Amino acid sequence: MTGKMAIVGEGDGILVFKAAGVDAFPAADEKHAREILRKIAPDYSIIFLTEELARALETFLKRFDETPYPVVLSIPSGKGESGYGDEILKKAMERALGVDILFGEDGGKGKRAGQGSGDRS
Amino acid sequence: MARLNVNPTRMELKRLKARLSTAVRGHKLLKDKSDEMVRRFTEIIRENKRLRDEVEEELARTLRQFSLARSLTPAFEAETAFSMPSVRVNATCKTESVMGVEVPRVELTDEKRSEGLPYAYSEITSEADDSVAMVSALLPKMARLAAVEKTTRMLAAEIERNKRRVNALEYVMIPQLEETIKYIKGKLDENERAAVVRLMKVKGRA
Repeated sequence: MTGKMAIVGEGDGILVFKAAGVDAFPAADEKHAREILRKIAPDYSIIFLTEELARALETFLKRFDETPYPVVLSIPSGKGESGYGDEILKKAMERALGVDILFGEDGGKGKRAGQGSGDRS
Repeated sequence: MARLNVNPTRMELKRLKARLSTAVRGHKLLKDKSDEMVRRFTEIIRENKRLRDEVEEELARTLRQFSLARSLTPAFEAETAFSMPSVRVNATCKTESVMGVEVPRVELTDEKRSEGLPYAYSEITSEADDSVAMVSALLPKMARLAAVEKTTRMLAAEIERNKRRVNALEYVMIPQLEETIKYIKGKLDENERAAVVRLMKVKGRA
């Protein structure tokens, strides 16, 4: 099965993807983005979404987690990363393991000792 | 722990014993599954983190490059130049199974690349060329990240579900069954004793 790729986002950043062969759908705000997503979800297998929109649409995006496709990936937009990607990872990790194995990086030792204290940075 | 509402009969006892052994076996299997899933999950999430860091860094660089390019070109021209792509990326989408969870696996089939860029060189500066080339180079990695991240999320959900199942078996189902079995056994013994006593009494009186 071959799938198409799309990018939904605000601003100019998505134009460059268009030039690279990814279908671009400009979306000004989350409402607009939601509509676009709903419309294109059956047709595209990979959809990139800028972080700001992804964050706003978090609950809406949950529905895509049930099936393998489409894959919705949040990417940082031109305004610089907001750390949303790490947040997603953290959430998944908390759900599955209950402990932080990536971000509290002071080795495995801190994991056991600092379970209650959460992130010590 | 509440016991099940059943009649204390031998039939019921037999049935419950069968159920208990199934539950215990199922619990063990699910627990093993859970362990293995967690192991896989830690691997995948590490990869996910690595990929995401790489992609975010490169993407930031690309977008910077692009905004530089934009600033060197009149807005109108850029709009038209970029909106007619000469390439198409197609992703081959398969699913693979990680511990029984169907997860996406994406490979980018290299696009039918008509050599060059989607616009005339006279229109656009070389900065734009660079940014487009960078995005093209980055796309396979982004597709991989997309698949891996989805895998992470799906696996996390599955692990959670599985954990709930394990706990339900361990802390509800199995104790309940054990308690009920004990209760039935007690009742049956009680009946037996009652029968013996009754017999003795009848005999003693005769």
